[in-house]
Amino acid sequence: MKEQLVVIGNGMAGMRTVEELLELAPEKYDITVFGAEPYGNYNRILLSPVLCGEKAIDEIMLNDEQWYKDNNITLHKGVKVTDVDRSACTVTADDGTTIKYDRLLISTGSDPFIIPVPGHDLEGVIGFRDIKDVDTMISASKTKKKAVVIGGGLLGLEAANGLIKQGMDVTVVHLMDWLMERQMDDVSGEMLKHSLEEQGMKFKMKASTTEIQGNGKVEKVVFADGSEEQADLVVMAVGIRPNIELAKKIGLHCERGIVVNDTLQTYDPKIYAIGECIEHRGLTYGLVAPLFEMAKVCANHLAEFGIGIYEGSVTSTKLKVTGIDLFSAGDFMGDETTEDIVVRDASRGVYKRIVIKDEKILGAVLYGDTIDGAWYFQLMREGTNITDIRDALMFGQGHLGDSGHGGNVAAAMPDDAEICGCNGVKKCDVVNAITEQGLFTLDEVRAHTKASSSCGSCTGLVEQLLEATLGGDYAAPEAKPLCGCTSHTHDHVREQIRTQKLTSIKDVFTTLNWKTEDGCAACRMSVNYYLISSWPKEAFDDPQSRFINERAHANIQKDGTYSVIPRMWGGMTTPKELRAIANVAEKFDLDTVHVTGGQRIGLYGVKKEELPLIWKDLNEEGLVSGHAYGKALRTVKTCVGKEWCRFGTQDSTGIGIKLEQLSWGSWMPHKFKMAASGCPRNCAEATIKDFGVVCVDSGYELHIGGNGGIKVRATDLLTRVDTEEEVLEYAAAFCQIYREQARYLERTAPWIERVGFTYVKESIVDNAEKRKELAERFKYSQEITKSQEDPWAARATGGVEEHEFVPLKVIG
Amino acid sequence: MSNWIEVGSVEEIPVLGARVVKSGDTEIAVFRNSNDEVFAVTDSCPHKQGKLSQGIVHDKSVTCPLHNWKIDLTSGEAMGPDEGCTGHYATKIEAGKIFLELK
Repeated sequence: MKEQLVVIGNGMAGMRTVEELLELAPEKYDITVFGAEPYGNYNRILLSPVLCGEKAIDEIMLNDEQWYKDNNITLHKGVKVTDVDRSACTVTADDGTTIKYDRLLISTGSDPFIIPVPGHDLEGVIGFRDIKDVDTMISASKTKKKAVVIGGGLLGLEAANGLIKQGMDVTVVHLMDWLMERQMDDVSGEMLKHSLEEQGMKFKMKASTTEIQGNGKVEKVVFADGSEEQADLVVMAVGIRPNIELAKKIGLHCERGIVVNDTLQTYDPKIYAIGECIEHRGLTYGLVAPLFEMAKVCANHLAEFGIGIYEGSVTSTKLKVTGIDLFSAGDFMGDETTEDIVVRDASRGVYKRIVIKDEKILGAVLYGDTIDGAWYFQLMREGTNITDIRDALMFGQGHLGDSGHGGNVAAAMPDDAEICGCNGVKKCDVVNAITEQGLFTLDEVRAHTKASSSCGSCTGLVEQLLEATLGGDYAAPEAKPLCGCTSHTHDHVREQIRTQKLTSIKDVFTTLNWKTEDGCAACRMSVNYYLISSWPKEAFDDPQSRFINERAHANIQKDGTYSVIPRMWGGMTTPKELRAIANVAEKFDLDTVHVTGGQRIGLYGVKKEELPLIWKDLNEEGLVSGHAYGKALRTVKTCVGKEWCRFGTQDSTGIGIKLEQLSWGSWMPHKFKMAASGCPRNCAEATIKDFGVVCVDSGYELHIGGNGGIKVRATDLLTRVDTEEEVLEYAAAFCQIYREQARYLERTAPWIERVGFTYVKESIVDNAEKRKELAERFKYSQEITKSQEDPWAARATGGVEEHEFVPLKVIG
Repeated sequence: MSNWIEVGSVEEIPVLGARVVKSGDTEIAVFRNSNDEVFAVTDSCPHKQGKLSQGIVHDKSVTCPLHNWKIDLTSGEAMGPDEGCTGHYATKIEAGKIFLELK
């Protein structure tokens, strides 16, 4: 018999946990859910748009009754759990139901805090928490005129805004000096108040409510200074209180919330608790994003994978009031140990403040212009050192100097702007999918829209759209897991491979508790790379975990044929090589012969079975694989240099050939391109390559981190050296530090932006010893993996992987 | 009437790999998973006809090399939110030999 899981609370936290659990271990439990509200599970954060009349109730349902049926979940809705017998492991509800549990999950959420002033129980005094409250407000607005909202925080302002939209006259009463003091500083709080006043909202600040008066029904609110406000409706929105009534009754240890450990267990190990009802490391949470992080960990433990740990959440805030843009995150007030960067433009209504400590962002508050909120939040969560970008920080990500691909700022784009160029997904497609399908994560958007699921260059834009659409409810992962098969990050997986000396994919999956038996296309390729780059001698390079192009040593085309691109060292070729290529093209009827951007010649339309035959012919004339299919060195583009050019200062062709001989065949996190130009006119375009050499009269300038692809990025000048030997040593060291530290599928440009140019320069230029070690490790890896034995020859005549190129059987 | 054809032995397909069987104009991708189970589907993704035999195999599915659609090898159906289906063939293993049921 299956184990029994009983969930008390049919809200977002509880059901998210159940959803995660069903994905991990669908057969493990019989699940029973008790919900006090008479509905399925709905998206509580969208109650504000419902109150504003922008959405209907059925548009905010997350799981309808069919979902419970489809997943064999027993739902008792409108039923309240009254008792739990922890020794008999039973739950009793107010309709008389008693059932047994093996595991119990408490997700009772929170209640609005009602200030216990005289009159708080009069008719017409409500909170703002559930569908019932929204119904009360909407029906009140039809007959009543005057509303008072007590509380000028996020919830209170959203309630007040909704009531104004419903035609009521609304005064917001706030105890503190400025609005939303937990999310805003004094300056932005004052700007917010000004904007809301323009929309018709009235305020009574620094006001302490002492009494609510009325004859049976609310009539007015009285304050400590003796003043009064008329009111037909009073909404109390001064905060929420974890709903721990039941937990206390059954003797679970509670402080402000039900106290849980890092695996979301209460003091009774059979009982888990999650969501707004808990207290974790002394904190309670009232936003949605942390609930999702908790749900992942909790589901993980309920499924008995036992690897996730919840370490608390960093949250950001966004107010869902039309026409108001505000964003805040982290510690935005600062203290005497922190620094501020502040921009304030009163006539544009823009205010930005970033709090910095030790060159890292501690917090940010933005008002009026919040499009960089997601970016600051990311820099903050990742603890990025901002030294290199400090001067441009306040102007936003769009001013960092990387251009192309339709800009960097999703919020400012029109609705029909194409976000994902690979799959033709527009901004409105993404936004609609998020709101209509109830999506919360990048993976969900990828699955439903295909945006960001091909080359990934628009991932940042999609994340911004999630952030902009969901606000503080976007579950931006603290650190992104490598893929859905694991909760570990790229960096953690690689570190474990190194420290535990893991040498096969199976070792990695077992040691790190992979959730799937064989992984998936994404993690298998990544892990295989981390293995062979960490342990070049010891690791097993698994062909079945290579993308087809690297397995077949040719690029698959859309019709299933392949391309063949032989190497032309430093862009040089000979009549003999050209004749060999021409002969092959004619012999195998290859009509498409293309001169590539990397100074080589590509043959297209090759049948897979014929690849070894073509390679054999090319090998005989000395041509080898150009690795045009690999996450590896592609080409070294050169100009003819001082041998021919009247401006040439050095032998750029010669140094290009030596660079190519040094580095060809080496597997990298992503493709890697080099170039060498003979003078600063830079005809070989070395300043948009991963590693570029620009010859000058006195020596060689070395440039790194350029990219001419998805996002154009000019290189950073690494240093200037005097000799060819130094060029080669720096190149080897740079290749190796990139191979060891960039994440799989991360080009040098985003990697350098992530770790900071200063870091790379310190490692390679300032530290000669480290540079030499890196270069040595690069050469060791090249030798030990025999990477410069031509893979084409191995397959054409060496008998390697023969099965790859012949059918299993031809019938008839 | 069923028409079982022997196409080769299990060992001829790499674990978590695939080989192609050609039958007239039809190409059939035959997969072997980590439990030595064998599956066969038409070698053409329902999305843009990518060759599924060239994809990465995991559990009982394959990821198409062209646009990362995941196909369930037990049915030929696209998985996740994607919709589409490619042809599916029954398979059996007898004494280490693979048989396909051709229609």
